[in-house]
Amino acid sequence: MEAPIRATHILGFALFFLLFFVCRSSPLHDLLISSAERRIDLTSHIVKVYLTLKVENAGSSPTSEILLAFPPTQVDHLATVEALVTKGKRKKTTLVRLDVKPTELPDAPNGTKYFTIYLANPLNSGESTTLEVLYLFTHSLEPFPAEIGQSESQLVYYRDSALILSPYHIKQQTTFIKTPSTKVESFTRVEPTNRAGTEMKYGPYEDHPPYSSSPILIHFENNSPFPVVEELVREVEISHWGNLQVTEQYTLVHGGARHKGVFSRVEYQSRPTLSGTSSLRYLLARLPPRVHSVYYRDEIGNISSSHLRTDSRKSELEIEPRYPLFGGWKATFIIGYGLPLQDFLFESSDDRRYLNFTFGCPLLETVVDKLTVKVVLPEGSKDPSAVVPFPVEQHLETKYSYLDVVGRTVVVMEKKNLVPSHNSHFQVHYTFKPIFMLAEPLMLASAFFLFFVACVAYLHIDLSIRK
Amino acid sequence: MTTVTNMPLSDLLKSFKLKTKQQELLIRVSILCLVYILAFITRLFSVLRYESMIHEFDPYFNYRTTLYLTQNGFYDFWNWFDYESWYPLGRIVGGTLYPGLMVTAVLIYRILHFLRFAVHIREVCVLTAPFFASNTTLVAYFFGKEIWDTGAGLVAAILIAICPGYISRSVAGSYDNEGVAIFALLFTFYLFVKAVNTGSLAWSLASAFGYFYMVSAWGGYVFIINLIPLYVLVLLITGRYSMRLYVAYNCMYVLGMLLAMQIRFVGFQHVQSGEHMAAMGVFFLMQVFYFLDWVKHMLSDTKLFQAFLRITVTCAVVVGTIALGLGMLSGYISPWTGRFYSLLDPTYAKDHIPIIASVSEHQPTAWSSFMFDYHILLFLFPAGLYFCFKRLSDATIFIVMYGLTSMYFAGVMVRLILVATPAVCLISAIAVSATVKNLTVLLRSKNKGVLTGSTKGSSSSRASSKALLDQSQPFQKNGAIALLFGAFYLLSKYATHCTWVTSEAYSSPSIVLAARGAHGNRVIFDDYREAYFWLRQNTPVDAKVMSWWDYGYQITAMGNRTVIVDNNTWNNTHIATVGRALSSYEDEAIEIMRSLDVDYVLVVFGGVTGYSSDDINKFLWMVRIGGGVFPVIKEPDYLVNGEYRVDKGAAPKMLNCLMYKLCYYRFGEMLTEYGKPPGYDRARGVEIGNKDIKLEHLEEAFTTSNWIVRIYKVKPPNNRW
Repeated sequence: MEAPIRATHILGFALFFLLFFVCRSSPLHDLLISSAERRIDLTSHIVKVYLTLKVENAGSSPTSEILLAFPPTQVDHLATVEALVTKGKRKKTTLVRLDVKPTELPDAPNGTKYFTIYLANPLNSGESTTLEVLYLFTHSLEPFPAEIGQSESQLVYYRDSALILSPYHIKQQTTFIKTPSTKVESFTRVEPTNRAGTEMKYGPYEDHPPYSSSPILIHFENNSPFPVVEELVREVEISHWGNLQVTEQYTLVHGGARHKGVFSRVEYQSRPTLSGTSSLRYLLARLPPRVHSVYYRDEIGNISSSHLRTDSRKSELEIEPRYPLFGGWKATFIIGYGLPLQDFLFESSDDRRYLNFTFGCPLLETVVDKLTVKVVLPEGSKDPSAVVPFPVEQHLETKYSYLDVVGRTVVVMEKKNLVPSHNSHFQVHYTFKPIFMLAEPLMLASAFFLFFVACVAYLHIDLSIRK
Repeated sequence: MTTVTNMPLSDLLKSFKLKTKQQELLIRVSILCLVYILAFITRLFSVLRYESMIHEFDPYFNYRTTLYLTQNGFYDFWNWFDYESWYPLGRIVGGTLYPGLMVTAVLIYRILHFLRFAVHIREVCVLTAPFFASNTTLVAYFFGKEIWDTGAGLVAAILIAICPGYISRSVAGSYDNEGVAIFALLFTFYLFVKAVNTGSLAWSLASAFGYFYMVSAWGGYVFIINLIPLYVLVLLITGRYSMRLYVAYNCMYVLGMLLAMQIRFVGFQHVQSGEHMAAMGVFFLMQVFYFLDWVKHMLSDTKLFQAFLRITVTCAVVVGTIALGLGMLSGYISPWTGRFYSLLDPTYAKDHIPIIASVSEHQPTAWSSFMFDYHILLFLFPAGLYFCFKRLSDATIFIVMYGLTSMYFAGVMVRLILVATPAVCLISAIAVSATVKNLTVLLRSKNKGVLTGSTKGSSSSRASSKALLDQSQPFQKNGAIALLFGAFYLLSKYATHCTWVTSEAYSSPSIVLAARGAHGNRVIFDDYREAYFWLRQNTPVDAKVMSWWDYGYQITAMGNRTVIVDNNTWNNTHIATVGRALSSYEDEAIEIMRSLDVDYVLVVFGGVTGYSSDDINKFLWMVRIGGGVFPVIKEPDYLVNGEYRVDKGAAPKMLNCLMYKLCYYRFGEMLTEYGKPPGYDRARGVEIGNKDIKLEHLEEAFTTSNWIVRIYKVKPPNNRW
């Protein structure tokens, strides 16, 4: 008994030291980025950053981990990080997705946060590889002025660094920033800086040591509305009678510059291009194909301004809130729809069933601050387990719906700060015996039967006291 | 071959064959079931046309209180002090409403949830009125059966199921007191008539509980507590006094009174208010009558009894008058309220209580609306009365009295058509049933010539006169057939009329307005909810909204914001203050609004869409009600030669008062109709007189997409330096 434990201990220590060694010395100092190109897209309120890194292993030992660094202010707004590597030669290139995980390093300068990209094949010494990294920030455009009138356009600040924050030495780097329009109030110059049309170019900068940065501030016009769903609760109810009922409760807010003063309908109607340009007039939701019985309502009733377009591949629901949303205005509403069950529910090999459904918010170009997905399993289901491609908080609940006796198991998944790229599929596995499907019809039938028996009995029994 | 195989089958069928009585029962039960369902589904037009939503104004308050009741339980509901309305006074909701409707809805909701039907309380509220209308048809059947026969009962059930007079207040979504109250009213009357007919304490007790339910549901219970004593009095006068009546009335009155005192809003009114004194007087009269009866029984001497009678009656009358006089003088017994007066005298409200007269449903009824709501029943009603008089009994006397008194009230106030509807349906049902029955008897008894003659005597007016003419003629049967066809034609016309009225006139929620577009498509104006939802989402939680009282309930229920006045209209001065603010100049109005802590002002404006029941058209009532309390507001200031105008020729005060400014602010820039100048008001059909409106203390906060609701924000006072 003793020996194996000791063996694992030793192995653990050895691994720890190895890791320490790896972290401390080799990747930080032996890797270097020979060229980096960053493209920041500021056209919508979700900031998209495309980073192309050419990483070179200048050290002696092979490594398979590459670190990305973010300042702490950005990390709070970071919605997603993806890393891809190109494989193949010339024409037959394919992109392979790599694992990215948040990492803590003990002595990060100024609270820098790290993400580690795990390469599929270790990078041997002297070799180099090209990584494509995409990350998205939400709530990173700060409206300034913070309050605008109806006819003013929306100006925002974007803060970043002209130099890419990295734990590695960067030999050459360039940053391109794309603004939605040519109207840029001001921007920080870090020579060489060029501006042409809607694009700004910072760089190229040569040979910057690790952790160098140079803050920049861009003040520009962004008149697109900032639809932010503060809270979204999606409830997916499975009925084995062939229907999947989805109910989505939205708390929508316009996250742009707050509306100030008068709202004049006459101007809004007569000069739509000048007045209330950043207001949120409608939203587009992309729903699965073969959707039916769609409704759009709120606490006080149906909202009549919605249009549904369906074709064989997708359904699009265009919804208008009851009133145009100006900055800071809120609206809550509910969208509900039914879907054919066979498109989403499958049987796995081990006699279990699983639901395969999209996780995120169906509204396009929308940030979701907090998303709760509830999967209501049919009554009598057992052993639920959820498989989600990214970390979420999970717990179970019980819900009582029509004619439920023991209640339905609800798998609840919660996640914060979502962007449309989180609309990937997740699975919920569970076991269910088809006999439970008959429970409710049988209950109803027996209730009616008892009622009729009672009627018959009442008609045939004389209950009068007097004879 | 075939005969052999069919033999056992026909035997089987024969064994299943019902006796005539069973057949009759089966047909009756299935007709009743169909009527029950019909009464329900004919009220669902509004749900099909629009959606499952609460209609109009008062139902929104009922819905809000029901929601409160489901969330907080009965005790909190009973002690609820609502600070969201009548700011800064507030309203003691538990003590100023009839809780019957809300409690009923919550009870249904709880039962459904107990049975695991996870419905929303809104659905229950929406469908409460149709459900009770269905129940009313059953009551009408039993009532008809009690006063005439089962045939009349069935016809009454069918007539009341689709009668527009009743549907107007019981479509799905019309979640108002009347929805359950008509059921309670008819049920109480039925139980009372049953009690009078049987003399049974059990029925009498049941009618007391029916009365209790009615009291808890609607202020119209005053009609019961006055009609029943009147009926008893009539029976006493016509010499129909009986022990049955004594038992029925005393039990019903005493118990009903005690039970009714449990409703906080009613309280001790049964012994303290002038409106309830008739019942008490009749109660004492009954005792005197009983006492005299007993004395008469004991005394054999007629002369002695006559003397005794004289003394007793004089004493009783004197004591009663003194008690009443003392009660009135000491203020213990309150005099009749204005509402009661306005019922007895249709012109009273117009002169004394403008707030009652301003409501459209309190106007005297036009002939057309009688025709609209009753259709053929209007002609069948007198015929039914004739039949009732021909076969006079305690029960028919009751229905006749109910019919006649309620018809009078229906003539005084439009909304009371509702109360008359059950009586009209029952009496008409008697006419239809008796006529059809006589005609069919005539048809079927052709073989037995002798019997025909005997039934003819007691048959209907039309049938009998016809029959008398054709006594020896062979056309008698043809005449009966023709009359039957005529009757069925009329009844089918009635059915189509009712369906048409229900679908066209009575199924609009009045929150959502629908119109036909240029291409014949349906255009929906959902501006009210747009505005209320905007208030709910984008104003501070404690914001106070000032509007005319019509919209108070809706703002609190849908907008979830505090209002200054609402449809409860309990404080005339407060309403007059709002009326004064709206009809003053802006700088005077701002003082009033600041004193009331107003943050937002909401006005309803139909100039863009041509929606005519907007605030400009209601404005004269605001002036009148405001002027009733504050004489600085004078109606002639707003009129030009007695004419109400908004165009260039309007009175200067009109053109500059707050209401005008708020409605027409920046409307002068708006092109509403092709070929008309900007600022053309489509609701009034004129170009407005003041196009250059400047607001000093208010700013436009929100205007809905069709301009129907406009909301203004009261600016904070300027800094002094």
